[in-house]
Formats: sequence, structure tokens, C-alpha cells
Amino acid sequence: MKLARSSLFWIAAVLILVGIAHSVHRHLEHGVPWFPGATDTLWDIEATVRLDASGDPVRVRLAVPGDAPGFKRVAEHTASPGYGLSFVDNGHRHAEWTTREAVGPQVLYYRAQFQVDPTLGSRHVGHPPEIRRIAWSPSLQVASAQVLRNAYLQSADGFSLARALVRRLADADNQNAQLLLSEYPPSTTLVRLLNQAEVPARTVHGLVLEDGRRRQSLQPFVQVFEGDAWRLFDPKGGTEVQDEEVLLWEQAGGPVLVVEGGRNSRVTFSMLETRQSAAGLGEQGTVTDAVFNLSIHSLPLSEQAIFQSILLLPLGALVVVFFRVVVGLETSGTFMPVLIALAFLEMNLLPGLITFLLVVGGGLLMRQAMAHLNLLLVARVSVVIVCVIGLISLLSVLSFHLGFTSGLKVALFPMIILAWTIERMSILWEEEGPRDVFKQGAGSLITAIAAFWLMQLGWVQHLMFNFLGLQLVVLAGIVLLGSYTGYRLLELWRFRPFLTPAGGRT
Amino acid sequence: MLLRWARRLREQGIVGLNERNLSLINRHNPRERFPLVDDKLKTKLLARKYGIASPELLGVIHSQGEIRRLESIIQPGRGFAIKPSRGSGGKGILVILEHKDGWFRKGSGLWVSRRDVVRYLSNLLSGLYTLGGSPDVAMIEALIEFDEHFESFTFEGVPDIRVVVYRGYPLMAMMRLSTHASDGKANLHQGAIGVGLDLASGRATQAVQYDRPVHHHPDTGRRLNELQIPDWTRLLELAAGCYEMSGLGYLGTDMVLDRHRGPLLLELNARPGLAIQMANRCGLAPRVAHIDAHERERIRQQDDTLYPPAARVAFAQRIFGAAQKPEPGA
Repeated sequence: MKLARSSLFWIAAVLILVGIAHSVHRHLEHGVPWFPGATDTLWDIEATVRLDASGDPVRVRLAVPGDAPGFKRVAEHTASPGYGLSFVDNGHRHAEWTTREAVGPQVLYYRAQFQVDPTLGSRHVGHPPEIRRIAWSPSLQVASAQVLRNAYLQSADGFSLARALVRRLADADNQNAQLLLSEYPPSTTLVRLLNQAEVPARTVHGLVLEDGRRRQSLQPFVQVFEGDAWRLFDPKGGTEVQDEEVLLWEQAGGPVLVVEGGRNSRVTFSMLETRQSAAGLGEQGTVTDAVFNLSIHSLPLSEQAIFQSILLLPLGALVVVFFRVVVGLETSGTFMPVLIALAFLEMNLLPGLITFLLVVGGGLLMRQAMAHLNLLLVARVSVVIVCVIGLISLLSVLSFHLGFTSGLKVALFPMIILAWTIERMSILWEEEGPRDVFKQGAGSLITAIAAFWLMQLGWVQHLMFNFLGLQLVVLAGIVLLGSYTGYRLLELWRFRPFLTPAGGRT
Repeated sequence: MLLRWARRLREQGIVGLNERNLSLINRHNPRERFPLVDDKLKTKLLARKYGIASPELLGVIHSQGEIRRLESIIQPGRGFAIKPSRGSGGKGILVILEHKDGWFRKGSGLWVSRRDVVRYLSNLLSGLYTLGGSPDVAMIEALIEFDEHFESFTFEGVPDIRVVVYRGYPLMAMMRLSTHASDGKANLHQGAIGVGLDLASGRATQAVQYDRPVHHHPDTGRRLNELQIPDWTRLLELAAGCYEMSGLGYLGTDMVLDRHRGPLLLELNARPGLAIQMANRCGLAPRVAHIDAHERERIRQQDDTLYPPAARVAFAQRIFGAAQKPEPGA
């Protein structure tokens, strides 16, 4: 029934061995480097096409990138059970899924891996698009002429003209520009203005690359040609776009998704930044192998992005176990410090800490004020939660207007954690009094900060995500700590009268 | 440095929290038994079944609607105490010394209206004093008229005696005296005094407040080493009997001495704290080892005679009594 301690050590030893063996295997077989850096940056991009099929033959055409400028396509992979697939390349690449009959919601995946390589596929011009004649409606005629004239005067060539136009379009005080934008989307407006000035330009769709993003959509960018070069502008952001930040998904200015035989079709993108040694890259080759590796990497990218955080949790749990069992800090709950640490990861330490102290402190104050209302416990805690939400909203608005945008990241997830913390703390306040609230609150915060510090380290994130075997090592650590019967550090302090030879007698 | 400290504690047999949790609680206290002690009403009914004396139960209020019945439970003119059945650490106990015409005099001497008592009961039922706020029931008990013997040893609150029982043997005992600092409560970490008791005689060995030695009660000035518990062996037997009743191998029993009825069981604790070691200036581990060895010996000799609480108490008193191990400087 109860295992002897020695067998516990054996279990831990086996866990550690298996974990390390698996990691070494991953390192040797798949070339996953032990440390981030000295590696190539890869972007895994996954497009998810969803549609409701109506029962007729379905044909789905998704524009897919060839060699996007600045990126090299390393691998390509689709998942679409029951569909025939072909890649069509008539100048513009398309993936085309077809099936005779499909009913109900359909999900099709296209995944590709891109290697960041500024020298590759770089900026070959292709044919600049034709310059179309632009006709504005009479009401916009004057406005467009004004915007263009001003910008023209401040520019020397096509690029600087585009830059000047983009700046005006992004300027909310520019009445003329705003008038144009009320009629056309920003990218179209920019293209029209440029065409009017006889500068070739077109709208292309690209993805803004950011690690771990899910459910992103393509953004329109404007590609401006000048001589035998082109540059990319973000018509909304008011700037020229850095090459490595945007992956051009299609460069023809055509539609991204065309669906026959289905309704409500949409495409969303998930992306993940991974690093691999150049040696391992050639070996691993295609993403399809991942299925046989039984690794997180075989999951859809949106899930992988979630797992990037989830896989850090065991490490946080280990920190909590250490602080409670070996140090002897009291924390409120076992998992809560980990969750607070996770909230800090979302918000960053300092803003997170300030938000945490402000919101929890404010919540507890409100709770004290509530004591006079004489409500039942559940209602009282609920009132506190409602107040907390108000407090958080207020804080977000304030921090935005004061210019700390990180306050805005108090999104749903940290908010739940905060509300929950306050609930626990206020129950504790009623049951044990403010002294224990302070003790456990401080203990939780110290533990959370330590866990955050560990979880935020780049190489720790890299190791935990890429070497699943290490989870077993962490597990072994928790098991071993769980059987520790020695004194806690703070107990040495507690029992200090026993430490003096006289036994503390006077 | 730290290791040396740890070794020195180890040599004195001080049990730490980790060791208590793993070696004492996890090994000897089956989980399914915990509700018996976490719920005071269950403990009380069980104690009645096992013939272990405890404060008289006047009645139980189960639901908000039953609060109306309050007057039919309490006896005119007599004081009573209302306790949450699943409260912990002595929280949520309301002591009423006397009551008249819908007014109640609290333990502190303050008169409160019936409405206040009803509101208190309603809060209690909705779970204000339970961990996690789950609904609770209110127990209404007759007041303990504590032995005048202790009048000058305590301030405001009723002093109780904690006996830690290990595998049915009394292991260590202390008395908890409330002080002004502890606000009439008997919790050591809130400033109550813990007085170590000699298992053989029930005499005070020494006392601590906030883990520091004290010799006089800070509020009454009474010398603490004059403390002696009357009826001591009977009290230990009562405590040891809680082992059979609860099935818990590591058990904290809280006893109180009633003027008329003698030792009564107040409540049980399945996770007794370690402050008792501070009060006795003595580690639990050697005593635990002694009892383990004794039990092993009995198994080896196939000693299957009935070993009633009285016999276990006698054994513990013989082995752990202060006379057996003179305290340094005593």
C-alpha cells in the first residue's frame, strides 16, 4: 500500500534516467540544440481553413507562399482527411483541396516551416503591377489631390512618397486623409494614391510574425515598386515594414481563399518560433516526421503555442514544493503561486507585481468595507469579485492613458487569477485574520517571483519545450522533495531555543 | 552552519513539520477518519458512544429556519456556548454567560441583543467559520464551569490541556493558558502560554510564551510552576481512549477540567502542531521511537492481551515521567 522510501528513490532514479535518455536522444537524433542561440530561426506557420460544406463537391483554393522574400520554405505539410490535394503553381502558388462530397464543418490544415534567411529569395522584383487610372468620386477628388500634393512636395522618389503618404494616412488629425479612409480601406487608399502619382504599387497579404500567436489573420500591406526594387509599407501603422517581421503569404494581390461548395469559410493562422541547429535541420526535413516522434511538435501550432506555457508549469510546481517543504514558506494554496508566476509571465514582473499588489490590496480593502453590509459569505465574495473586475478595468484604462501599455495585458487569464487570489485571501482574512493573510500573501508572492524568475529564463523555456523528457526529471525532483523529512529552513528559526546549549533557560 | 543546526535539533529528537506529515500523520492517520475529528458534532456523538465525557450537548441547529428554535434549546438562566461544528482553531465560538428577555451577556461581559445572536448563528450556518466557506451546523453546549483551581492561571479564556496521543499512548502534554495578548484564546501563536506537563504527575515542568521561557503569567502574575492538574491519570486515560474511538494513530486531544464533571473532551485534532515540543522543551521523536519499539516487542512476543487505555497510560507514565529523566537544572 505505502511504498517504502527506497522504492521511491528507485522510481525517481528511473524517471531521471528515462528523462535524460529521451533528451539525449532528441539532441542526437533530431539535432535539437541544448541551448538556444547558435541556431537558425525557424517559423512554423499553420493556416487553418474552416468552412461549412453544403453537401456538394467542395473545392478550396488557398494561396500559399512560394519562397517568400527573406524566408526559405523548408517543409510543407497538409492535413485534410478525405480531400484530394494538389499544388498549383501558375505564377502564384495555390494549394487546392477537392472532394466529391462533404457535409458540415470542415477543417483543413496547411503547415509550412520557414527558415529566416535574409539572403534568400531576396527581393526579386517580378513584374511591377500595371498602373491603373484612378478616378475618385467628386467628393474625394479634392481631398486626394491635397494629400497627394503635400506628400509629393516632401518626397524625392516613389519610396519617400509612399512614406509621406503613409504618415498622413496614419495621422488622425489629417482631415483629408481621414475623408479618404472613410471610403476605402487604408491599403486600397494608399495604392490608389500611389497609382495616381504613377508609382506602381499593389496590396499584398502578409503575416506579422510574433512567437506563439494564435488565430491571427493576414494583414494587407502595400508593396511599392521603384526601379528594380520594392519595399513594403504598413498603411495603418504609418511605417515602412522591417523585412524579417513580415512573411508575405501571397504576392500577387489576388484572393487568399476561394471556396466553392461551402459557406462561412475563413482562414486563420498560428505561428511558432523555433530554433534548430543548421545540422539538425537537414536531417529532420519534413514536419511529417514529427508524428512518429510522439512530441508536442506534432500538434497543431495553436496547441503548441499553448504548451509553451503549460510545459513550464511543472517547473513552477517544483519551485513551490521546494519553498514549502524545504524553506517552509506558507503559501495560499499549492498551485496559486504557479498561477501568479504565470500571470507575471504574461504581464512582466514589475507591472505584474504592481498590478497584483494594487488589485489584491484594493480588493481586500473593499472586502473590509463590505463587512458592514452583513452579507452571506458567497455573496460577499462575489461582490468582491465584481469590484475587482471594476478595479482591473480602471487600472487598465489608467495605465493606457498614462502610457504604460503593459497594464492592458491584464487580460482574462491574469484577471481570473487575481480575482481568485482575492477570494482566497478574503476567506483567509475571515478565518485566520490579517496576520495570516499577510504571511501567506507574502509567501505566495516570494514563491511566485522565484518561479517566475526560473520560468522566464530563455534557456529554461527552450529546454522545457524542446525536451519533454525533462518533465520526468522535474517530476522526479518533486517526488524526492515530497519524501523529504528533514527540517524546513524556517523551522531552524522556530526551534532556535533548542539550539542554544542551555536550552534557552535563564 | 545550517546543517549543524539541523543536526543539533535531530539529536534532541525534535520532530519537524515534514517528518510529522510523512512519518506520523500519513502513516498513522487514515484519511477516511479525518471527518470524524474535523466535524465536532461527529466527534461528540462518537465520544458519547465510547463513554468519553464531553461538554453536554444541549441541541443542534441545522438550518437557517431552525434558528427560531434557539429559545427552546437553551435553558432559562443558564449560560451556553455556540460552536460551529466544523470550525477550526477555536474560531467562531460564542460564549453566553446568561440571558434575559432577549438580551444575552457574552463571555466578555457585554450585553448583546437577540438580533446579534441570530445574525451570528446565520453567519455560522452559512459557513463563515469553516474552511472554504461550506455550510455548517451550530452546536449548542452547556457552559464548562472550569475548575477554580486554575482561576489565577489564566486570563479570560478557559485553559485547556492538549495531550498528544500516539498509537493510543499519551506522548506529551501541555496546558494552554490564555493571556491578554492572546485575546482570551488558547492559541500559542496568538500569544497564549504553553505549559509543559509531566506525564507522570501532571505537574508543570516549564512554560513558554511566543516560544520563549516564562515563569509567571503576565496578566495574573501567578507562578506557573505551581500548576498541577488534578485527576491527572483519569484525564490521560480519557485522552488515550480517544485512540480507539477515532482510529487515529497520531492524535491531538484537547481536554478541559470541569468543576463538577472532571476532565472532558473538547475536541480532537488529526494534525496536532509541534508547539508542544517547545512547551516541554523536549522532542517527540525519542518518545515515538520508544512506543514503536514497545509495540514491536509486543508483536514479537505475540502479546495479544487486551491493552486498555489505563495500561497504556501507566506505561507512558512510567517511561516518560519527569522522574525517569531529570531535566537539566531542575
